[in-house]
Amino acid sequence: MSLRPKPRIATVSLGGCFGCHMSLLDMDEQLFELLDQVELDRSPLTDIKTLAPCDIGLIEGGLCNAENVHLLQEFRVRCRILVAVGACAINGGLPAQRNTRRLGDCLREVYQFRPGLVHGQIPNDPELPLLLDQVRPLHEVVQVDYSLPGCPPSGEALRKFISDLLAGHPPRLTDGLLHYD
Amino acid sequence: MTAPFDPRPPTEHQFLLDGRPVPFTEGQTILQAARAAGLYIPSLCWDPRFAPHGSCKLCVVKAAGRHVSACATQAREGWEVESSTPEINDMRRGLLQMLFVSGEHFCPGCEKSGHCKLQALGYEFEMLGPRFPHFHPQRPVDASHPELVLDLTRCVLCELCVRASREVDHTDVFGVEGRGIHKRLVVNAPSGQLADTPIAATDLAARICPVGAILPKGRGFAVPIGERPYDRATIRAPIPGEEDTP
Repeated sequence: MSLRPKPRIATVSLGGCFGCHMSLLDMDEQLFELLDQVELDRSPLTDIKTLAPCDIGLIEGGLCNAENVHLLQEFRVRCRILVAVGACAINGGLPAQRNTRRLGDCLREVYQFRPGLVHGQIPNDPELPLLLDQVRPLHEVVQVDYSLPGCPPSGEALRKFISDLLAGHPPRLTDGLLHYD
Repeated sequence: MTAPFDPRPPTEHQFLLDGRPVPFTEGQTILQAARAAGLYIPSLCWDPRFAPHGSCKLCVVKAAGRHVSACATQAREGWEVESSTPEINDMRRGLLQMLFVSGEHFCPGCEKSGHCKLQALGYEFEMLGPRFPHFHPQRPVDASHPELVLDLTRCVLCELCVRASREVDHTDVFGVEGRGIHKRLVVNAPSGQLADTPIAATDLAARICPVGAILPKGRGFAVPIGERPYDRATIRAPIPGEEDTP
């Protein structure tokens, strides 16, 4: 048995829908094989709230607000390899479809003028993270080492990608595993 | 288009494409000769029915020590042409990454997904992620036509619709205006709206778009994910029913 510590993997969902994390769970029994090989650090799957130095950081979702940016920067500092997982992390995805509109117009449309609203107003609680004027993909803010496309990537694509990374070679998605949707 | 009649017998020449001999006749381009020989050089803006356009540059090859567009360069006797090399495929990946960020190519939200040549080329060249910042162009969507929708944020300026409408449909519906970053597809009507042109959904110009810029209305996501052409096949193989796009 190797005395080397297991590689540590952290995951987070920023401006995403948790669909990519659902795909992680979609690995089914292969998730047990993965967990034999790695230690999960901060992740919605562990509910650990702090981030230790990790080997691999899997980031789902794009950057919609200031908190997303802070978290991404923390992951970049703590993770040796940072992977953008899914369409939103790679190109902003569905949330970035608001980029062709002005943020104020979007907020007014949804929170002020939507039919059926009573006393509509734009939320302004100081606890809420400030929205960015444009939704950004990860690589526009930090250096991203690898991208794993898909909306979401399949469980099998995630398994192949992570296995390649753990084996120490650049990940490839062959045999129909590469999809942008 | 047919070539003018030439009474002389065609002389057979050949060049090497990645080391494989490719026969060609005088005047044939590298791309034409390669496709005729069953060899694949990628392309997005090329269509055998029209003169080469040379805008997408995905057919870039190295011939006589220079990078040239295979669609617009006539083959020469004895040339050793490089196409599928790591260097050239990396250039193609870079071109695809530029095309993807130049418009709103968000595949999960596009009805063309699974039928899209740009997407299929991304798969072919294993484009995993982006290299450049997103441009997010501010361009209108024209939904005025009863049968068609024109989303200019997805246009890659291949001008296939321009050529199809001019040379096959004879309707001159589309054109291109502006230069550089301001270049864009325009509709040839005083209003600038598709509804005020003679275009019909059955026209070649309406069916030839390789991406999701010109789409039929009322179809939506008709084919389930997993059963669409490029879920199964690569862009190397012609797909039945998809012949109208090159």
